[in-house]
Amino acid sequence: MPVIEVDDLQRRYRAKTGIRRRSTRDVEAVRGISFDVEHGELFGLLGPNGAGKTTTIKMLITLLLPSGGSAKVLGFDVVREPREVRRRVGYVFGGERGLYDRLSGLDNLRYFAELYAVPAREQKQRIGELLELVGLSGRETERVEGYSRGMRQRLHIARGLLHKPEVLFLDEPSIGIDPVGARELRQTVALLVEQGTTVLLTTHYMFEADELCDRLAVIAGGRIVASGTPGELKQGVSAGQVLEVEVFGSADHAIKAIEDLRGVDAVSVEERDQAQLLIVRTGAGIDVTAAVLACLDGISLGRVATREPSLEDAYVELVSGS
Amino acid sequence: MGTLRLLGTGWWFHLKIHSRSAFDGVLGIIYPMFFATSIFFIYGQSADESGLVAAAIGASAMGVWSAVSTSAATSLQRQRSQGTLELLVAAPTPFPLLVAPITLSMATIGLYSFVATLLWGRFAFGIRISLEQPLVFVVACIATSLAIGLMGFLLAVAAVRYRSAWALGTALEMPVWLICGFVVPLALLPDWLLPVAWVLPPTWGVAAVKEAALGGSAWPDIALCLAIAGVYAAIGAVLSHRLVDSARANATLSLS
Repeated sequence: MPVIEVDDLQRRYRAKTGIRRRSTRDVEAVRGISFDVEHGELFGLLGPNGAGKTTTIKMLITLLLPSGGSAKVLGFDVVREPREVRRRVGYVFGGERGLYDRLSGLDNLRYFAELYAVPAREQKQRIGELLELVGLSGRETERVEGYSRGMRQRLHIARGLLHKPEVLFLDEPSIGIDPVGARELRQTVALLVEQGTTVLLTTHYMFEADELCDRLAVIAGGRIVASGTPGELKQGVSAGQVLEVEVFGSADHAIKAIEDLRGVDAVSVEERDQAQLLIVRTGAGIDVTAAVLACLDGISLGRVATREPSLEDAYVELVSGS
Repeated sequence: MGTLRLLGTGWWFHLKIHSRSAFDGVLGIIYPMFFATSIFFIYGQSADESGLVAAAIGASAMGVWSAVSTSAATSLQRQRSQGTLELLVAAPTPFPLLVAPITLSMATIGLYSFVATLLWGRFAFGIRISLEQPLVFVVACIATSLAIGLMGFLLAVAAVRYRSAWALGTALEMPVWLICGFVVPLALLPDWLLPVAWVLPPTWGVAAVKEAALGGSAWPDIALCLAIAGVYAAIGAVLSHRLVDSARANATLSLS
């Protein structure tokens, strides 16, 4: 039986605007998504801001009631049996919020241990283990207001694991932390999965999803637009290749011409320090290098290279096509 | 035992949180002094010693109520903005057991108001307070603070569903001073207002404190104060479950 079962899950918000003449409109944040997560799996929800990732997680951890559809976690319905779900899941979100700044890290963990009914005789040992796991041993008596972002995030992880949850929900846990901290975080998450914890992770960092997730669902506009292993997504979206051209100056006028070239699936531009990076995605076996360079005639060019599509290319194609 | 431990732990950690705010701390010291000074100047014109003692007790209760009423709902709003309100709701523990310690910790800080006001009256205004029943006086002060804390609990749970409910506590601050007889004897209130005073636990709590200080039977008033506060707590507990469900339906647990 899957640990997480999501069937046609929907969530609408009522947004209000205006002061004198108030009007309301319904915003569909999640539009009927379905997926399953198996025991011990690390499942990723990948999508841009506002895609519905956090809303989905909040429905699964019982903080939001769905507008339609159903979801079960460990066999318990998130609407009818919220306390059973809450007992068994952990929730960690990214950013600096979610901690009591005026308390020490240790006091934060003690308080949440009490909230999650960790037996009093086990609390000290459990907190000690978690401080060791997240690398905060020796800093636990300092007030959280003095912690760095990375330390706060690690404390969040420790808080989410206090009651040994069977399922851990991580909502963009590495947002805003430095690369070293993010790498340590990924190692910690990988360790938890090795130990049998089922993890549902939301992120918009491709490398994080690629490195960690067993399976992924790409969500955009409240709908799942693709799902599978990272490898399947890369292959399924585009079996072709990617041409990258470094352009000094504006290539905007040439983009339309490049898009119209035969075999070109998508064109995007990334701003770099002094240059733009033109990314041209093509079908398999189609070489458009010469034609693209002809379109860019008269513009100063730098590096020109072709490569295999990455998960990020797959993601951009999926999200922009949705 | 587990419930008591949870309440005690929550109370202690929230007491730590509230007592570590320099801003709140300064206000907590200044407010009771301000209330007491105003009251002593007003009632100082009278030569009636017992009237001054009653006024000092009323000013003390004003401090406790102000510490709780304005902070109870704003505290939940603060938890919402710092992202901890969602974590409280996401915990498997019954929600009322997580909110009640928050307002009780505020009432504990408000207890300082009792001591500060009486000392301020003694040393700044020379008001001699000889307590007829010191032990009962202490019990009455604690009971009054507990009752005010539980009233604050009822205000706080409203903030779980309604983001602007913090304004309710502020709006009720001064009316309760008057209606509960903190600064004006109940006998001076219009008759139609008396039933409102009777259903507010601080009315009986302050009456008990005055009885204990000036001589009289304080225990019936203490019992009434605690009984009515218990009803408030029960209403708050039932309401909190409904409001949390409504907040889950209307997505008001977080700011985003």
